[in-house]
Amino acid sequence: MFPPIPNPSVSPDAAVQRFGEKDLIRRSASTVTPPAERLTEVAKLIDVTKCIGCKACQAACLEWNNLTEEIGFNHGVYENPMDLTPDTFTLMRFTEWVNPETENLEWLIRKDGCMHCEDPGCLKACPAPGAIVQYSNGIVDFQHENCIGCGYCIKGCPFNIPRISRVDHTAYKCTLCSDRVAVGQGPACQKACPTQAIVFGTKQEMKDWADFRIKDLKSRGFENAGLYDPQGVGGTHVMYVLHHADTPSIYAGLPDDPRISPLVDAWKGVTKYVGLAVMGVAAAAGVLHYVVAGPNKVTKEDEENAEKLTEGKGVPPPASGPGSADREGRAP
Amino acid sequence: MTGTTRDGAPSTETPNDVEPGDAVRPGHPVHVKRYTIGARINHWITATSLVLLALSGLALFTPKLFFLTSLFGGGQWTRTIHPWIGVVLFFSFALLFIRFFRANLPAREDVDWVAHSADLLAGHEEKMPEVGKYNAGQKGVFWAMSVLIIVLIASGIVIWDQYFFDLTTIEQKRVAVLVHAVAAVVIICVWIIHVYAAIWVKGTIGAMTKGEVTGGWAWRHHRKWLRELVGRKPPPRAPAE
Repeated sequence: MFPPIPNPSVSPDAAVQRFGEKDLIRRSASTVTPPAERLTEVAKLIDVTKCIGCKACQAACLEWNNLTEEIGFNHGVYENPMDLTPDTFTLMRFTEWVNPETENLEWLIRKDGCMHCEDPGCLKACPAPGAIVQYSNGIVDFQHENCIGCGYCIKGCPFNIPRISRVDHTAYKCTLCSDRVAVGQGPACQKACPTQAIVFGTKQEMKDWADFRIKDLKSRGFENAGLYDPQGVGGTHVMYVLHHADTPSIYAGLPDDPRISPLVDAWKGVTKYVGLAVMGVAAAAGVLHYVVAGPNKVTKEDEENAEKLTEGKGVPPPASGPGSADREGRAP
Repeated sequence: MTGTTRDGAPSTETPNDVEPGDAVRPGHPVHVKRYTIGARINHWITATSLVLLALSGLALFTPKLFFLTSLFGGGQWTRTIHPWIGVVLFFSFALLFIRFFRANLPAREDVDWVAHSADLLAGHEEKMPEVGKYNAGQKGVFWAMSVLIIVLIASGIVIWDQYFFDLTTIEQKRVAVLVHAVAAVVIICVWIIHVYAAIWVKGTIGAMTKGEVTGGWAWRHHRKWLRELVGRKPPPRAPAE
């Protein structure tokens, strides 16, 4: 058993903030000077093989974050609600999977939610300064007072996690209980888990614990057991132990090789810089042309010709060059 | 309808590039009516929308310009209002399109005009062919705007999450947001060309403010159009309408 995180001291001086504004390593649409010293990276490890699907984590998440989910419908499946919502930061996803080798039906239960990517697509897509921040301990958090509700984070996220609230038009997702972690607690979901399918600690502790679990699983015949810590997004601060780590997608569509979409990279990268440059060059070319060539002015002669034309007096005829055909067949 | 050219040769129809309301008013100098009051109001609604869209769009395009959101009452308001201005632009431009598309259909002299466009920029306008109400450059702006506005409204609806989130997949939205950004950059460049041409070619802006230009301006820049207008005096439609 992984040693549980002890309950906090109730003495007032124990409630010191362990991290805050000074520990930001990334801030959306802004540049920050990263702190000289990085906090120890934290992680949540979700051991899918130990999950019994009780949804205590889902309930604890609603409770701690003071969220009320709409009363929905029974769709004949265990998922409830059917998808993540602005109020459901974490969701148990249930998959019935027939193992082709054993022909056994396996009930795969995955706790879905923000993965807290080391390379967060949401943050990179966000146009609002400070609406998404990343602390040096790895937690990616949304700052609602800065959020403009554009939904760019949804396009940036490789895991389809953020949801925009219809109430306040800002984006919501799992905070990894940054408020609890800040005072030395583990996330609410972890606290509520009755089987230690969710554990929380430093990233290294979690990797070590995962190794131990994977060895155990392998000894029980799960040859492909492994850790899901996808390197395409620089690793994550929420990791899974999977019995079939070779095929993550069987777990309700967990991406096999998540990374920030090249479309998002192109949009936020080359398009932005080339776009600004092209617009700048266009404007500068105009100014330069005006300075060099001078304005194109109507001459006195032009006005006189126009007067002669309207008065029916002789004016220069239409030129009869090769390209300037006179379709109406007018002659002077 | 029938008209008569200046030398008496019959012309069986109004040329494409002569629009309703175009007329010559003899005098010293000659005045030429170029845009009706309806066309001007229509143009300026479109222009205002386009400028507001560019400002609010650029604010969300790059963090360096995020401060522009303060013009619209903050980030949330910018996000809310931008698509609605886009709707206004779309319908306003649709009316402009109906007004102007006939005069912007390709003409034979367009090829020659494009071939000599370097001469125009170098200040040798006398080498240019005589053109109708719009030269090939203006036609290019018109058609570029038309195509880009369709691309922008279509891609914009795909990323208008407040109302249309469920209609498309996230991957489709990623494509749309990239297309929207690229099309916006291009349309801003087209707008720069349009505005610069109006500033560079003196006497042009009056066409969209007062509705008329001088005869000399028309002679210099749109001589074919001027000849057509003079040739069809009195306007053949006037008595019938």
